[in-house]
Amino acid sequence: MADALVEFDSVVKRFGDFTAVETMNFTIDEGEFIAIMGPSGCGKTTTLRMLAGLEAPSEGEIRMQGRVMNNVPPHERDTPMVWQSLALFPFLNARENVEFGLEMRGVDVAIRKKKALEWLDRLEIGEFAERDINSLSGGQKQRVALARSLVTEPKILLLDEPLSALDANLVIRMQSMLTRLQRELGITFVYVTHSQSEAFAMADRVVIMSRGHIAQIGMPKDIYRAPENRFVAEFVGRNNIISGTVTSTSSKVVTIDGNLGQFEVALAGDHQPIVGDVASFVIAADLVHLSTTKPKATNNIECSLISEEFIGSVVTLFLETPDGSEFKVQIQERELSDMDLKHMGRVFVSWESDRAHFLGAG
Amino acid sequence: MNSDRVLKWFLYGYLALVLVFIFAPIIFSVIFSFNSDRFPTIPLGSFTLKWYKTIWQDPDVWEAARTSLIVSFSVASIATLLGFATAYTDYRYRFKLKPLYLALILLPPTIPLIILALAMLAWFAKIGLAGKVISIIVAHSVLTAPFAMAIIRLRLSQMDASLESAAWNLGADQWCALRRVIVPFCRPAIISSFCLTAAVSFDEFAIAWFISGLNKTIPVIILEIVTGNIDPQVNAIGSFVFLTSITLVVIAQVVLMTRDKKEKVHHG
Repeated sequence: MADALVEFDSVVKRFGDFTAVETMNFTIDEGEFIAIMGPSGCGKTTTLRMLAGLEAPSEGEIRMQGRVMNNVPPHERDTPMVWQSLALFPFLNARENVEFGLEMRGVDVAIRKKKALEWLDRLEIGEFAERDINSLSGGQKQRVALARSLVTEPKILLLDEPLSALDANLVIRMQSMLTRLQRELGITFVYVTHSQSEAFAMADRVVIMSRGHIAQIGMPKDIYRAPENRFVAEFVGRNNIISGTVTSTSSKVVTIDGNLGQFEVALAGDHQPIVGDVASFVIAADLVHLSTTKPKATNNIECSLISEEFIGSVVTLFLETPDGSEFKVQIQERELSDMDLKHMGRVFVSWESDRAHFLGAG
Repeated sequence: MNSDRVLKWFLYGYLALVLVFIFAPIIFSVIFSFNSDRFPTIPLGSFTLKWYKTIWQDPDVWEAARTSLIVSFSVASIATLLGFATAYTDYRYRFKLKPLYLALILLPPTIPLIILALAMLAWFAKIGLAGKVISIIVAHSVLTAPFAMAIIRLRLSQMDASLESAAWNLGADQWCALRRVIVPFCRPAIISSFCLTAAVSFDEFAIAWFISGLNKTIPVIILEIVTGNIDPQVNAIGSFVFLTSITLVVIAQVVLMTRDKKEKVHHG
């Protein structure tokens, strides 16, 4: 197992009365691609800025390779960042931008020119080396920014929503370039984003943040299939959350009785629900069966079709349950066209107990 | 469509009239500087360079020109430096008394020139600086620094806020980031502010007249020549002063505009 490169030890960051980050504890491993994700104002960018030394923690410690970094000024760290605005120097050309970090480290003119050109070549923009920054396209600028950060061969690269200004096609291409680069270099990437698709497509681990707290840390798949709390379940993917009272429980299955009926949920992990408690569970929109006749499965709800959203091969259906709440279903477009559903028509959703995910109390 | 065109030509005509109104006296002054008649009347006499020869041979005019050049160059340097420092502190730091700080900087141009000049005369006399070239430099720097600050501040407000942090992030300490990122970014504004403050100082009369003593600047010598007699020499000096100032102002504008254009073209 890789060693911890960065440790957040009870880190708190306050701006005046506002607490941006609250008692944060987690470690980032060497060579890991970690994404920090959450809605705006959740503290993800503050976390990144603390790593770069642009903000100092109000409490707690940030350690890098065991060294306490709290009051180390930014220029004495080796934590280059790719900025949301890219922050390329407009009065320097592409190559001079890339050379900047080397120049600051006192690298010899000839060597830094050679290294800068190597990096520009590696990112496939060697031919634009002498071009003015403002004459480059968004994707080319992005690559210059990456080269500028990587040319000093850091152990860690910080990325602050670097793809948010690019169009969708370019985002996909840059994503695969970033993952490839990260694997080849074997360095740690800390990637801040509000985009689930970016985080899940690239990261080994994802940190979900909400209002300054870490809501969950885990591999993308775990976060997607086994959200630990209501916030993550709502923030990630297309999940349906159903609440009710626990009526019976065993080591494997818990029964929850709510407005929409009685449901069985398979238990995983260390949840120990108590009969009588209010609890909720998640059923992902893409794990649901749809039928026009009443299904045999225990877990089913009769709904009516409100609207559909077509995004290619997959369709999202928005259904209304008897208690008026919304229920989302994702199915293949082909499957849907075979079913002949009508607007406001009756439709049943059902799922197996082991497809549902128990969220615990609340 | 048609009324648009009428409006367009009307506005062009209006603009032309305004320009004529502003520039006519200057143009006439330039024309009369080449006129052989002593009195500025029409019809004109013959073409002559007599008046230029006169001022060329006048040691007082030369002395004044030298003083004016020294003063305006020093003022431009000091005012631009002060303006940059103020604009940067305003951009970079948040502090409690900042409105007061900014108000203090912007105060000098709001004071009537005569009052400012008299106050400075009294003050310089008290500290033994009256009538020296340095006193004109100090006074003009106080007067023009706010203009320098306004120009540089505008430029800084267009700067991506991450640019300076990016320099730190890449290993530049504060001074280095200032030198390698902030100053180059502000270069067009710094050049403009240098030219404009030089032009303002070169033209300034009221303060210079009160505190220059024996170190007369060009505007002061013009007044001396005009007092008492009508002398077309003044037109010649005036043309020279106008040419200098307008050149500085044009340089300032061109530097600012080409930069803007360059940045705009590629943003779309």
